[in-house]
Amino acid sequence: MPTAADDALARAHRGAWAGVVGAVARTVRDLDLAEDSAAEAFAQAAERWPRDGVPGNPTGWLVTAARRRALDQLRRRDGLTRRLPLLVVDDAPREDAERGFDEAAERVDREAGREVPAVFGSDLLRLLFTCCHPALARESQVALTARLVCGLRTDEVARLLLVPPPTAAARITRAKKKIASAGIPFRVPSGAELPGRLDAVLTVVHLLVTAGHTAPVGDGVVREDLLLRARELTGALVALMPDEAEVLAVHALALFAWARRDGRHAGSGRLLLLAEQDRSTWDTATIAEADALVRRALRRGRPGRFTLQAAVAGCHATAPSYEDTDWHEVLALYDLLLQAWPTPVVALNRAVALAQVAGPAAALDAVDGAGAPEDYPYLHAVRGHLLAALGRPAEARDAYDRAARLTANTSERAFLLARRDGLGGG
Amino acid sequence: MSRYLVLIYDDESYWADATPEQWQASMAEHDAFSRAVVEHGGSIVSGEALHLSTTATSIRGGELSDGPFMETKEALGGFYVIEARDLDHAVEIARLCPAGEGGVEVRPVMTFG
Repeated sequence: MPTAADDALARAHRGAWAGVVGAVARTVRDLDLAEDSAAEAFAQAAERWPRDGVPGNPTGWLVTAARRRALDQLRRRDGLTRRLPLLVVDDAPREDAERGFDEAAERVDREAGREVPAVFGSDLLRLLFTCCHPALARESQVALTARLVCGLRTDEVARLLLVPPPTAAARITRAKKKIASAGIPFRVPSGAELPGRLDAVLTVVHLLVTAGHTAPVGDGVVREDLLLRARELTGALVALMPDEAEVLAVHALALFAWARRDGRHAGSGRLLLLAEQDRSTWDTATIAEADALVRRALRRGRPGRFTLQAAVAGCHATAPSYEDTDWHEVLALYDLLLQAWPTPVVALNRAVALAQVAGPAAALDAVDGAGAPEDYPYLHAVRGHLLAALGRPAEARDAYDRAARLTANTSERAFLLARRDGLGGG
Repeated sequence: MSRYLVLIYDDESYWADATPEQWQASMAEHDAFSRAVVEHGGSIVSGEALHLSTTATSIRGGELSDGPFMETKEALGGFYVIEARDLDHAVEIARLCPAGEGGVEVRPVMTFG
C-alpha cells in the first residue's frame, strides 16, 4: 500500500520534474547537469521522505537539493570554480518580460489554487523554449521536450516517437550537445521573436496532447501523465501570451483531451469510439472552460490550424450525443482546416465527417484520394468502417486486418480485430 | 561573448559576370553590415571574401583535386568571424549579413583551454 511519502513523491514527480530541471538549468546553464541533479534530488527524497516525513514545501525541497548537488558538481570540475560566481544568476535582475510573466503566472496559479510557486512557470517555459529552439531539428525538439520537460525515460521517449531506444538516446544527446556548444540561450524569447518561435513549441506540445489522448504504443489508451503535463504547459503559455489565438487553441485541445480521458476506454481498457462513449464521464466544467477558449481564439480573425482543430474538438465535446453532433459544422471546419493545413491525416479526418453528411460512398472516394501513406493504420481503419457501412464485408475485413497489423497499441489492435470479427458473413 | 563563424553561401554564377556597379553595391551592403553588427551589440573579429570555388583545390587523403569539397549550386563565397552573446544573438546578427539569393550558415567556434 502506498504511503503518504510515496504519494507525495509521485505527485512531485508528475507536477514538479520539469520545474526542478528548469530551476537548476537556470542556475547552472547546463542541461545534462540539471537533469542528473534533478534525478539525484528525487532519489534523495525517496530515501528521506519516508524516514523524516514529507517536507512542507516538497517542490522547494527538491529544487534546493538539486541545486546544491549541481553546484557541488560544478565546484569539483577543474577550472570551473573561478567561473562559478558568473554562473549563479539567481538574484540578477530579470528581464521585464519575464517579470511580467511571473506575475501573470502567479495570478493564474492563485486562481487555480495550485501550490506550485510562480517562478516555476517561467523556468518551465524557459526549458520548453530551449528544447524547441528552431536551431534544433524538429525530431530532436520533440525527443528533448519529452525527456526534459515531461520527464520521460529514454525508452519511453523511444516508444512515443516509434523509434528504437538508441535512436531516441542519440537524438537527445545530439540536441543537448548543440545547445551547449552553439550557445543556445536558456530563456523565453522576447516579444518580437516570440511569434516565430511559437509554432515549433505548439507543434511539439500538440504532439504530446495527441500522444496522451491515444498512446501510439503500449497497453493503455490514454497517457494521463502526458495529458496533465500538456495541460500545464499550455496553461503557462496562455499566461505568457493571452492574446495569441493558436496558444488559446492548443490549451483548449489539451483541456478537451483531459476532460474526455475517462470516456476513451471501457473499464477493461478497451478503446471506445466516440459514438460509444458515455458522455456522462466527461468533465463538463473543463469542457466549458475549453469551449470558452475556442470562442476567444475564433474571435481573433482568420483561424489557424490549431484553432480549427480545437473548434472541431469543441463541436464533439459540446454535442449532447453522437447523433446530435453538428456534422455540417464539423465538415465545414475540416474544409477550412484542409486549406490551412493540407495533410493526408486532415483529409482522412475530413472524410469521416463527410460520411456523416454525404454517406459512406462519397467518403470512401475521399479516403482513397486523401494520399495517406499505406502504412498508416487509420487509413485502413477508416476504409474498413466505410466498406462495412457499404455492405462490402470481405473488403472491410481485409482493411481491419491491415489496420490491426500496423498499429502498435494493443488496445487499438484488440478493438480493430473485434470490429473485424463483428462483421459476420464468414 | 562567444565566437561564431558566419559563412556566406550564394550562387556563383551571379559573381562570374557581375558588373563593376554590382560589385560596388555589394561592397556597400557589407559596409552597412559591418556598422550594423556594432549597433546590435556584437563585433566582427575578421572576415574575408573568397575567390570563386573554381579556384579551390581540395586535399583528401593526401590526394589533390581540383575544385571545392562539395559541388552545389551555392558555394562558400566569404565569411565573418563575429563575437556574440549566444546563438540567438549570433543569428540576429547573421540575418543582416548580405547573401544575395543565397544564405548564411552560423557555426560556433570551438574554444580550447
